[in-house]
Amino acid sequence: MSRRVLLATFSHENDLLNAVAAVRERGIKIVDAYTPYAVHGLERAMGLKHSRLTWVCFICGMVGALGMLAFEHWTAAIAWPINVGGKPWNSLPSDVPVAFEAAVLLAGFGSVFALFAVSRLFPGKSADVIHPNSSDDRFVLVMDESNASFDTASVEAMLKSFDVVETEERILSGAGQS
Amino acid sequence: MPQVQVAIITHREAIMSETSSLRPPLVTGNKSLTDVTNDICAPMERRPNGLWWIAFLISLSLLILGIVAVWYQIVTGIGTWGLNKTIGWGFDITNFVFWVGIGHAGTLISAVLFLFRQKWRTAVNRSAEAMTLFAVMCAGIFPLIHMGRTWLAYWMLPYPNTRGSLWVNFKSPLLWDVFAISTYLLISAVFWYVGLIPDLATVRDRAKPGLRKKVFSFFSLGWNGSVRTWNRYETVYMLLAGLATPLVFSVHTIVSMDFATSVIPGWHTTIFPPYFVAGAIFSGLAMVLTLMIIARKVMNLENYVTPTHIERMSLLMLSMGCIVGLAYGTEFFMAAYSGNPYEQFVFKNRALGPMSWAYWTMVSCNVFVPQLLWFKFVRRCLPLVFVIAILVNVGMWFERFVIIVSSLHRDFLPSSWSSYIPSLVEIATFVGSFGLFFTCFLLFCRIAPAIAIAEVKGAASLPKQDDQRSVNVESAA
Repeated sequence: MSRRVLLATFSHENDLLNAVAAVRERGIKIVDAYTPYAVHGLERAMGLKHSRLTWVCFICGMVGALGMLAFEHWTAAIAWPINVGGKPWNSLPSDVPVAFEAAVLLAGFGSVFALFAVSRLFPGKSADVIHPNSSDDRFVLVMDESNASFDTASVEAMLKSFDVVETEERILSGAGQS
Repeated sequence: MPQVQVAIITHREAIMSETSSLRPPLVTGNKSLTDVTNDICAPMERRPNGLWWIAFLISLSLLILGIVAVWYQIVTGIGTWGLNKTIGWGFDITNFVFWVGIGHAGTLISAVLFLFRQKWRTAVNRSAEAMTLFAVMCAGIFPLIHMGRTWLAYWMLPYPNTRGSLWVNFKSPLLWDVFAISTYLLISAVFWYVGLIPDLATVRDRAKPGLRKKVFSFFSLGWNGSVRTWNRYETVYMLLAGLATPLVFSVHTIVSMDFATSVIPGWHTTIFPPYFVAGAIFSGLAMVLTLMIIARKVMNLENYVTPTHIERMSLLMLSMGCIVGLAYGTEFFMAAYSGNPYEQFVFKNRALGPMSWAYWTMVSCNVFVPQLLWFKFVRRCLPLVFVIAILVNVGMWFERFVIIVSSLHRDFLPSSWSSYIPSLVEIATFVGSFGLFFTCFLLFCRIAPAIAIAEVKGAASLPKQDDQRSVNVESAA
């Protein structure tokens, strides 16, 4: 699936933020935006939902903690009980530190790998770089032109009021951009 | 009335903006976004200078010396060390605790200061995280060789085995340490790498087609700066910071429990966890300062790691130093107050016994010298801060030496009292660990951006550059 888009390039985060608000007000669909750093407030301006990766982190952490507690209980009290300094076989307080470390380890790796999975990041992937400077000093806004009411000339005129550096029409191929 | 309004707006803008006159700017020199990219990438894109080669060759020689020493003691046995029946822990565990501690400031700067929204951390977090990684690597070597039969190190892991299965002892703090240190190493590595991904993409996009571009393409995982990815990325970064913060406290708490859960006077105290954590961060900050004061000069990054950054780290170091000083005092008070003659003897012996030179070196370097940092002119004088940081490093190494050796050398039975002189093999191993640390750090400065480019750009709120249109409007008006 390919679609026609309008690329607008800005040189400052505030220009992009203001442009996003104005573009959304006009009812134009924003395909994506590409920035060299995380622009605070942009996800809100674009109406993106909060990431659900926090849940992945929580669940992985719980699996780590409970799994390790169960394993410690099984090894120390069931599989081969050993008397260590007269402590009870299943001494819960001494199981806590390792369970905590396991929780942190699983939660950390779980959330990072979940990020890689949902954002489709993997070693060796060739990046769809939208603009040669989008990782340096350019903020790129990609708008969907497929709507019949999209008037390129008037949108470009509006973007000029936000100090747009350049605009370009392009056809994006593949569904990967949305 | 309009004047009042203007004043209010100007004041609000001044508060909101990091470039205001109320706060010193994070990046000096009126840099644009491209300047930031160029300046930070420059050291890794040009050929290394003579100074780098000299430092690298010295570090590499020390590393080779260390490898030879470790090989010799593994082949021969740890009888090559100066330990004896009374003093069973010496250089090995001192160096282990020293290196783990160095790592802690990296996590403090990258995770704790991130949660506290301290924007200035962006100038130093990348190199501090790298430092953490290398310091934990150095630390890991010592318990491994301390085992004697290093080739059986995997016995520390709980895996089904042909010995029963006989499982590891989950009630032992030494085993907790295995999990704590390995988790710390892995999470620090992941945190560091996740932080690097956007910057690796920046370097990739700058590189000319060739091997360099291929390598950076591979490791930047196809990052393209999409706002959706940034949104998830920021969430995960926050989660990792939230996980690393309790982790860093747990690691040195567990290290301190290696001592505190034993019944040796001088070790068996409840103050150890907070005392060790504060000491760890203290020594780590000293190491960050030592490295950054040199690196900003050598790598031309003076506009990014400014005297303001050094001053803020100095203040953190001073506060940690005061906590450590308080802990030294509390230890003495508790020994006196305990009514336990063994406990009282250990502390009297520490300050006045045959190892008092080590004790007073520690107190001078960790408590007295950092007090100079109360003065602003000292904090802003980089050579002085550098000297203080080096002295704190020395003092913190001696702290671990004092805790371990001075507590052991005169135990309950006077007939078994002894003293400890490290052997050449132990000294070579210690020196070798510095070789490993600096070799890794120097290589890191060459192959990855030493400052987090994307984070600096996001935090510094750089002014709009080349704003020709508004200038024209103003002049027309």
